[in-house]
Amino acid sequence: MTTEPSPRRQTLRMLLVALSAAGATVLVMMLNANVATRKAEALQTSYMLVPLDETTVDPAVWGKNFPRQYDAYLRTADAYSTRYGGAGSDGMPKSRLAEDPRLVTIFDGYAFAIEFNQRQGHAHMLADQRTTRRVTERPQTGACLHCHASNTVAYREAGLRAGAGGGLADPFHSASAQAQLMAGFEAVCKLPYAEASSLVSHPVACIDCHDPQSMALRVTKPGFLRGVDDLARSAEPLPHLPSIETWRRGDRSRPYDPNRDASRQELRSMVCGQCHVEYYCGPKTTLFFPWSKGLKVEQIEQHYAEYRFPDGSPFTDWTHARTGAPVLKAQHPEFEMWSQGIHARSGVSCADCHMPYKREGAIKISDHHVRSPLLDVARSCQTCHRFPEEELLARVTTIQDRTKALMDRAEDALVALIDDLQAARTAGLEGPALQTALGLQRQSQWRVDFVNAENSMGFHAPQEAARILAEAIDLARQGQLALPRGK
Amino acid sequence: MRTRLTVATIVACAAVGVLAGSGAYTFVAAAGHSYLSNDPAVCVNCHIMREQYDGWRHASHHAVATCNDCHLPHDTLLHALFVKASNGWHHSVAFTTQDFAEPIRIKPGNAHVLEANCRRCHAVAVGEITAHGTLGVPSDPLQRADLYGCVRCHQGVGHGPTR
Repeated sequence: MTTEPSPRRQTLRMLLVALSAAGATVLVMMLNANVATRKAEALQTSYMLVPLDETTVDPAVWGKNFPRQYDAYLRTADAYSTRYGGAGSDGMPKSRLAEDPRLVTIFDGYAFAIEFNQRQGHAHMLADQRTTRRVTERPQTGACLHCHASNTVAYREAGLRAGAGGGLADPFHSASAQAQLMAGFEAVCKLPYAEASSLVSHPVACIDCHDPQSMALRVTKPGFLRGVDDLARSAEPLPHLPSIETWRRGDRSRPYDPNRDASRQELRSMVCGQCHVEYYCGPKTTLFFPWSKGLKVEQIEQHYAEYRFPDGSPFTDWTHARTGAPVLKAQHPEFEMWSQGIHARSGVSCADCHMPYKREGAIKISDHHVRSPLLDVARSCQTCHRFPEEELLARVTTIQDRTKALMDRAEDALVALIDDLQAARTAGLEGPALQTALGLQRQSQWRVDFVNAENSMGFHAPQEAARILAEAIDLARQGQLALPRGK
Repeated sequence: MRTRLTVATIVACAAVGVLAGSGAYTFVAAAGHSYLSNDPAVCVNCHIMREQYDGWRHASHHAVATCNDCHLPHDTLLHALFVKASNGWHHSVAFTTQDFAEPIRIKPGNAHVLEANCRRCHAVAVGEITAHGTLGVPSDPLQRADLYGCVRCHQGVGHGPTR
């Protein structure tokens, strides 16, 4: 063993050492490149490749500067379905009417009895509205577009045509721009749907929620700007919207303006509340949010009870075809229902669950693929609730199944009242008993629909949803009792 | 013969030198030396723990405890170095390969360390509570460790409110 290794062998060894060192160097340099990439990512999260201003509606242009957000935004076109939502696969009927024929009775005489489908992602909102039989077969107004299109610029252009001062280049928060917005909003709401629809070309887009210069969140929909000021002036406690409570303690010399007064965290809900709310969008007056009493179901009902259309007639959405009751249709009161729930009270915004933070490399962004949190439980729920996914899903399922069971009973009760009312009218009933029962149909229908039209099957505020449905059942049965027996 | 050997040796030495140099450069570029410090800012070097860091800065323990106070053992130096090295290795691999589940969550081994540190400082206050055994940090690696022990209820003390 004392013999020296042959020179050839020594050379081979040295070459092997050199080769290994070279290989290791390659790995080290790869690591170095990786570290440099991550550091660069963290330094600059966006590159302004194209200028954006108050006239840039097309989200594809914004997407050049913010490709990560834009890619996710585009994915709202994806089909999806959850246990109670979505028009995706899973053999769920696309038509809500086919799934639940009671709705045809409940909505009789209203466009919702013609076509009422499962919801789809944001990308579909404009095309779905343009093609639904509710719009193609019934005359509708431009008010519908308040929440189904990117209309910030369209409103301001219409406002300029209607005689508002200034120009499109004015900053959004300037007095002239706000005047343009409101004038255009009034004008477009009055137009026939087809004419108004030709003024817009995109579903909800970047500019509806973001300032094109600073990217700060902002509210641009006139209905919300007016509605939230009404809400601020109401007596309803709003602990989940602290900036309103602060404004109320002030001298109230200026209207409550979310774009000036609200925190970023509040805006992360308010930008959604621009559309995911209850409102009137019919032809008799300009679209409005019924928030002057508060956000609860009976407070909105009270607002409608006191409201008179410009022609002096009392408020109603339509007259029920079978009973003649002046009834109400709920839109999609997610913001109102969320406001009654534990998440709102704990400071959790819409975006926290529906646009949870995600990471790409060293960059953290909010997921612009807005969708049900049930499709991403880990990022949506587990950030706060450190329990297994199955357990969290099971909790949600329990809440939703219970709400659905209650809603089934409420719909049964309401349909039973409608049947009784129809029979009573056929039998020629008139007078106070009929009026009482018709009023109870309106109240019961309003509550059933408030939960049914709300997109969470009770989850946004489980106890509130149960309270509303319990009232709906009671009111419908009271209506039956109000009618003379033995007809 | 003699010449051939020298060339091979020079090549080998040069290669090793390049490796040492690039390794040292990468170590410095990645701020490797900073990991030996006690500065909490080090823990956001890789950007993943930004939320935890920001949360800690607003949480009640900010004034009295840094990352290492809660997340490294304080029984022996050797144990502390071992935990630091093993965490460092796992975090580096996870971040470099970008292969890990989010939201990030503590693992049982580290949860044991954390729990021991809660009790190290709060022994007087919690002695009565823990006298009859631990609060139940699970030894089963399949159990999610942050569901047990002090932080199950005192979730916000370290990293602030989780919203």
